Amino acid sequence: MAVLSEEIKQKIRDHFPRYPNKQAVTLPALHLVHDTHRYVSLEAIREIAELLELSPAEVHDTMSFYHFFREKEENRLGRTRLWVCRGLACMLRGGEELLTDLGKKLDTVPGSRTKDDKISLEFAECIGACEGAPCVLINDEYRLDVTPDKQDGLIAELRQ
Amino acid sequence: MADFEPVLLRRVGRPLDIWAYRADGGYRPLEKALNELQPPQIIQMVRDAGLRGRGGAGFSCGLKWSFLPKDHPGPIYLCVNIDESEPCTFNNRYLIENDPHQVIEGVLLACYATRATTAYLYFRYEYGKAARIMQQAIGEAYAHGLLGDNILGKGLNVNAYIHRGAGAYICGEETGLIESLEGKRAWPRIKPPYPAVEGAFRKPTVVNNPETLSCVVHIIDRGADWFKSLGIPSSDPARPERGSYGPKLYNLSGHINKPGTFEIPMGITTQELIDKYGGGVWKGKKAKGAIPGGLSTGILTAAEFDARLDYDDLARYEIMGLGTAAVTVFDEDTSIVDVVYNIARFFSHESCGQCTPCREGTGWMLQILERMRAGQGRREDLDILADVGDRIGIIPGTTICGLSDGAGWPIKNAVKKFRAEFEAYIKSGQKKQTVSLALAHH
Repeated sequence: MAVLSEEIKQKIRDHFPRYPNKQAVTLPALHLVHDTHRYVSLEAIREIAELLELSPAEVHDTMSFYHFFREKEENRLGRTRLWVCRGLACMLRGGEELLTDLGKKLDTVPGSRTKDDKISLEFAECIGACEGAPCVLINDEYRLDVTPDKQDGLIAELRQ
Repeated sequence: MADFEPVLLRRVGRPLDIWAYRADGGYRPLEKALNELQPPQIIQMVRDAGLRGRGGAGFSCGLKWSFLPKDHPGPIYLCVNIDESEPCTFNNRYLIENDPHQVIEGVLLACYATRATTAYLYFRYEYGKAARIMQQAIGEAYAHGLLGDNILGKGLNVNAYIHRGAGAYICGEETGLIESLEGKRAWPRIKPPYPAVEGAFRKPTVVNNPETLSCVVHIIDRGADWFKSLGIPSSDPARPERGSYGPKLYNLSGHINKPGTFEIPMGITTQELIDKYGGGVWKGKKAKGAIPGGLSTGILTAAEFDARLDYDDLARYEIMGLGTAAVTVFDEDTSIVDVVYNIARFFSHESCGQCTPCREGTGWMLQILERMRAGQGRREDLDILADVGDRIGIIPGTTICGLSDGAGWPIKNAVKKFRAEFEAYIKSGQKKQTVSLALAHH
């Protein structure tokens, strides 16, 4: 059964004129599917490959290089992906403690999501927002200076 | 505080839109170039200015452009490397978030000079905000006839596209970036051929950093002599190309009162940057040391803070270049073992796995440091760390790219400069509480 909607397929096709070949649309396509489905199933890989005129193995080979993408439904992302920076600048200002605290408060571990499916916790290698260490990334937007007093507010915001 | 009027950051706080940028004189250098200068003249001006790449390696920008084959039928590509992933580095993020059109103007000048017709702006995934600001700016530039066909009626054709990565440090290596752009694993290529000859989609390609491209705008605007009036000439008269010229963005982070991004003429000392711009070390403490230019450049002890942050002077203290000019300070109470552990963990995680010495070597170094932090360090560990560091990388010739040179260098550096502290740590058998949450996915 087809899993990609016509809308996603069209968004993928819309990228074709930007590149001299279709393989270059692999990462944009994976992002589009991953953002919507919260993981990229084998069937989705097959359909992406068909659109890009590649073999599914080629798409999977690229996807598996980036540990960014989830492959299995049981390990899909929650509604919001919360990345906690463990880079050096953050470590020096409480980043490791922030990751530990958030793991406890969310009752989950990096790489997993909360029971209510709302938050996926991740650790990130330096996210490049070191002027506000310790910092986190909410999906792909940074939040600076996440000091201990701000943890509960952040969780409440993401659970809303 | 500053006796220097910012150039690259002159528009911080001004509106981001194209109308405001043009009202502030933006895109006039481009008009000037299209009206008055031929592409080879621009390349010559950039060479004369002594502009060296701001991304880390410090290679001459004009020289890089001159490596493109002459009379190539095209297409030629420009890749803008916004995979800014060297830990503790964020100057390009700050630059783009505060003045996206300056970067687009630099892109257009580079395309005009190199005859590139397509620019791919490769953003690391984590820079979502910067990518959206840039997307808006690109849309405005198209609407104003500053991207697309026949730009400003002068026959210049350039398309610009944003391409987003997926969280891999290796994509900042220029051939890793190209592979990733092409939709493949970001495994760096064996060089030669260099991208200038055979890059993206097997066509001649220039890979430049946004800050470098922004410098080009001001070289065209104010001249090569102006650029060269800032910074410091080479200490070796026989090698004048080793000078460090122009304005530079410096990042400050870690145990510092005022972390941030500062624009300063090249060559400020580490101590001056910390005191004058960063407001000194936090909590009234003393510094133990600092990473001067991103993790891979090495570690300065506090006694070495007289080092100038330029392409030349840091070598005095066995630092591998200016890197990204991102200075991270750690205070006197920080354990050097923790700092080095963090560095080893990063490189082990980010090794792309293509070359065995790097994939295994970075893992071994991390295991040794984990063991040390578990209270089971051995005296010979320090020599093993230095030995592994010596054997992985393009300097010893065992890998395809420089990731593992950057992985080994700071560890060797730290073992040499802080040996007594490491030995005391091992001897004490102290155990460090390590954050070791089980990882379901990674």
